[in-house]
Amino acid sequence: MLLEIKNLHASIEGKEILRGINLSINEGEIHAIMGPNGSGKSTLSAVLTGNPAYEVTDGEVWFRGKNLLSMSPEDRSREGLFLSFQYPVEIPGVSMVNFMRSAVNEHRKYRQESALSASDFLKLMREKRSIVELDSKLANRSVNEGFSGGEKKKNEIFQMAMLDPKLSILDETDSGLDIDALRIVAQGVNKLRTPQNSTIVITHYQRLLDYIVPDQVHILYKGRIVKTAGRELAIDLEERGYDWIKQEVEE
Amino acid sequence: MMQAEEAYINLYKQHAKSVSKSCSDLLNGKRQAAFEKFQTLGFPKNTHEEYRHCDLREALSIDYGLNINRVKIPINPHDVFSCDVPNLSTKLFFVVNDQFYKNDKPIGLPEGVLCGSLNDLTETHARLLEPYYTRLSEKSSDGMVSFNTTFAQDGFVLYVPAGVALEKPIQLIQVLHGTVDMMANRRLLIIVEEGAKAQFLVCDHALSSRYFFSNQVTEIFVGKNASLEYYDLEMDQPNITRVSNTLVSQAASSQLLINGVTLQNGLSRNNINLCFEGEGATASLSGMALGNGNELIDNHIFVDHAVPRCNSQELYKYVLDDCAKGVFGGRILVQKGAQKTFAYQSNKNLCFTKEARMFAKPQLEIYADDVKCSHGTATGQMDEKALFYMRSRGISESEARLLLKFAFTADVLDNIRLEPLKDRMRMLVEKRFRGELAKCAGCSATNCK
Ligand SMILES: Nc1ncnc2c1ncn2[C@@H]1O[C@H](COP(=O)(O)OP(=O)(O)O)[C@@H](O)[C@H]1O
Ligand SMILES: [Mg+2]
Repeated sequence: MLLEIKNLHASIEGKEILRGINLSINEGEIHAIMGPNGSGKSTLSAVLTGNPAYEVTDGEVWFRGKNLLSMSPEDRSREGLFLSFQYPVEIPGVSMVNFMRSAVNEHRKYRQESALSASDFLKLMREKRSIVELDSKLANRSVNEGFSGGEKKKNEIFQMAMLDPKLSILDETDSGLDIDALRIVAQGVNKLRTPQNSTIVITHYQRLLDYIVPDQVHILYKGRIVKTAGRELAIDLEERGYDWIKQEVEE
Repeated sequence: MMQAEEAYINLYKQHAKSVSKSCSDLLNGKRQAAFEKFQTLGFPKNTHEEYRHCDLREALSIDYGLNINRVKIPINPHDVFSCDVPNLSTKLFFVVNDQFYKNDKPIGLPEGVLCGSLNDLTETHARLLEPYYTRLSEKSSDGMVSFNTTFAQDGFVLYVPAGVALEKPIQLIQVLHGTVDMMANRRLLIIVEEGAKAQFLVCDHALSSRYFFSNQVTEIFVGKNASLEYYDLEMDQPNITRVSNTLVSQAASSQLLINGVTLQNGLSRNNINLCFEGEGATASLSGMALGNGNELIDNHIFVDHAVPRCNSQELYKYVLDDCAKGVFGGRILVQKGAQKTFAYQSNKNLCFTKEARMFAKPQLEIYADDVKCSHGTATGQMDEKALFYMRSRGISESEARLLLKFAFTADVLDNIRLEPLKDRMRMLVEKRFRGELAKCAGCSATNCK
């Protein structure tokens, strides 16, 4: 098993957001997490990646047989966890190149590999950039600074390509993308797929799931997974909205 | 109350003759008036608003020696600083404590350029330098300035005659060296005449574990249509107190760039007093201070828009860690009639600990109506969102902090127009943030002996 979440509870500023999440993901699987706004989807991705703003109050998470919650955010990344942020952060003054060089070399150090030479690194950048058709000019700019919404999302997938994670969480990577950008991003994700690595796709819309076909669809509502089914659930939601789910839960 | 002053006042009274003995008439001729003024002003007190956060009492309670009898310091700075900023071929000069280090080598500068010992050149070129020496310092109401004029025996002169553009930057390395606690009264005089051009880099270093007090006065005259770049780097030690008064006069259409970096220090007080005396001049003043331990960095910048159509831009940044303290005083005066003034001031600071403190005081006094002036000051902590974003990519917390600190200072370093110096400064700043700055790794010394 790649990831196992057991009875996970988490809160922010004393407010409980995750109220007992259980979820298991095997190698090679794609899981979609859907749910109304504010149900805790981004909170789940933040807790999994170790955002210090959130407090885990109960439960455990195992990632590749290791206790994920005891690891620093950087070690979680080096172990192969990746989050494509719903709101990528702008970092003025830190160039994409330096940012990625640090990240890639820290990953390599963790695996006891030597740092990449400057030319090998640039070659890697070029190769991975083409996967999401990221403009070469953006690579010389500060991280996400002045990027359009679409460029920011492409940039997340570019970073994913650079770091070659075992488990990627795509938090609303499709929102704000026009149909062309959506296709490029989705195809990028598919190019990066292997039988070993897995993906959690957090989305509101069925349309991304036309490209990235999930093995399972989960509905997160008020901090709990209230329903799990195959991809037909996503299509159902698209047609019927969330109200019937809410009703089912209230009953 | 006047104890610290009293010791020096008595010292001067008893040794006035010795102070003057080996000095030029021009230097000596200014002492008595300055001495009287110092007796009235005394040393700056922290009860005085301008020095509220900069308490010099402890530093001045140390019994420093003054090298009044001009004993030669047995050190050859060329041995200590064996190499140069890579690819930045400068004309290199040294001041050891407050003595210019004489060198027989021809300086190889264009005809008419003077570059060397203040004491010698005010002797040999008295008529030329007389209109400049103390012209700005006489107006200062800072006791450290009149103290300096009272005791100054040497220092450095750069004089670039009208129309001459210096090809290579002039670099002055000032070292503090000695086996006892010492005070150095350094005096610099920089004159760039009409239409002339110069780049000047001055680096302060300490080569001793004794206590030092460096009291420096620099008078700068940028002539009509002239251009000067002035880079000031301090890379000292905790045992150093530095008070530096830089007094500037800019003539019409002149251009000045001042970039001051405090990489490592003890207590530093840097005053810049700039006056636009001719229309259409521009000044770009920037600086940054990297403080940790118990360091104190206090920059007070006063820009006097006395005439119309001048442009001043200020950018000052502080990165404070541990118990470091930063002070920024930025006063802009736009005098009556100084129309079409453009004055912009920005001060941004990062504090990493609760103990690190920043005191910022912008002051805008505007007595003209057709002007564009603005100022902004902000002190904050590190951007936690950016920090987490970086860590989520596998970058360690310490490395992420370093990249963010470095990013914060980037625009100050971008103001450096000398490319090799800019590269060098980037490297030094990074080293400083990594805590790898060797004690005596001078700005030009990669192979420190
Ligand atoms: N920084 C925060 N401070 C307080 N409450 C927060 C914070 N971030 C999220 N929340 C709350 O947590 C809940 C879940 O938010 P989120 O995980 O972003 O939902 P989703 O991603 O499913 O739309 C919401 O009610 C939101 O208001
Ligand atoms: Mg969300």
